[in-house]
Amino acid sequence: MKARVIVTLKNGVLDPQGKAIEGALGGLGFDDVGSVRQGKVFDVELTGSDKAAAKAELEQMCEKLLANTVIENYSIEIE
Amino acid sequence: MKTAIIVFPGSNRDRDMFHALELITGARPQAVWHTETSLPDADLVIVPGGFSYGDYLRSGAIAARSPILKDLVRKADAGVNVLGVCNGFQILTEAGLLPGALMRNAGIKFVCKEVKLQTVNDGTRFSSSFTKDQVWRCPVAHHDGNYFAEADELKTIEDNGQVIFRYADGTNPNGSVNDIAGLTNKAGNVLGMMPHPENLVEELNGGTDGRLLFESLVSAAA
Repeated sequence: MKARVIVTLKNGVLDPQGKAIEGALGGLGFDDVGSVRQGKVFDVELTGSDKAAAKAELEQMCEKLLANTVIENYSIEIE
Repeated sequence: MKTAIIVFPGSNRDRDMFHALELITGARPQAVWHTETSLPDADLVIVPGGFSYGDYLRSGAIAARSPILKDLVRKADAGVNVLGVCNGFQILTEAGLLPGALMRNAGIKFVCKEVKLQTVNDGTRFSSSFTKDQVWRCPVAHHDGNYFAEADELKTIEDNGQVIFRYADGTNPNGSVNDIAGLTNKAGNVLGMMPHPENLVEELNGGTDGRLLFESLVSAAA
């Protein structure tokens, strides 16, 4: 089973890397870019087949390691 | 004073810390490799600076899940003094021993320079050798030193007097909220700070301002 975890900075948390990318896109002539926020994607392959159990386990992975919940949110997609 | 230093793959300020502690306490700290599961008997455990695990995932994130951290949390809960400097501060926040998080510097760049710190709380075991509001010099060298805590948490930290050191005289190098350079947990026995006091303990290196922090701890242990 394949899963994708997306980790993003919470709203209101400063993202200097996103800001720099936003500036660079503007410099390339993409004038309609309002803002850019940078995040992380984790593709996780799991051996089990129980989707509900996988989701619960992935939530634990996010809480314990993949995300720092002080500053980051996460979302989980299972194929 | 008995001390121990935890060493991770990628630690690089551990030797500076060994040198500073030996110089000031007169005794060689014990080195503890990150895969060990128990810390030796010590008055002070140090989590040194560096780039543990190459800063993979987030600075300090992987180190904060290494085997020795379980015992560090146990010892910290039991009241043993813990000092985390730079990457050590990042590891302590990732491990939940200190509130908040350390993010990419607001100016994006790695900063390596000297800043000024103000000791805003001199009533702690980490700061008793300073005078209140004393401004002192200290080197910094980091990429992820932008301290952040949510408004509610920040208020609690400030109300409890947990902020010990602030960047002074407009030298905040990383955008840290409230100019926070170093803070303790609520119990006051765990301190994390981005600047490197261990790098300013000898006249040969340009000054001894950093000694006061270690001398505070020596007094507390006496």
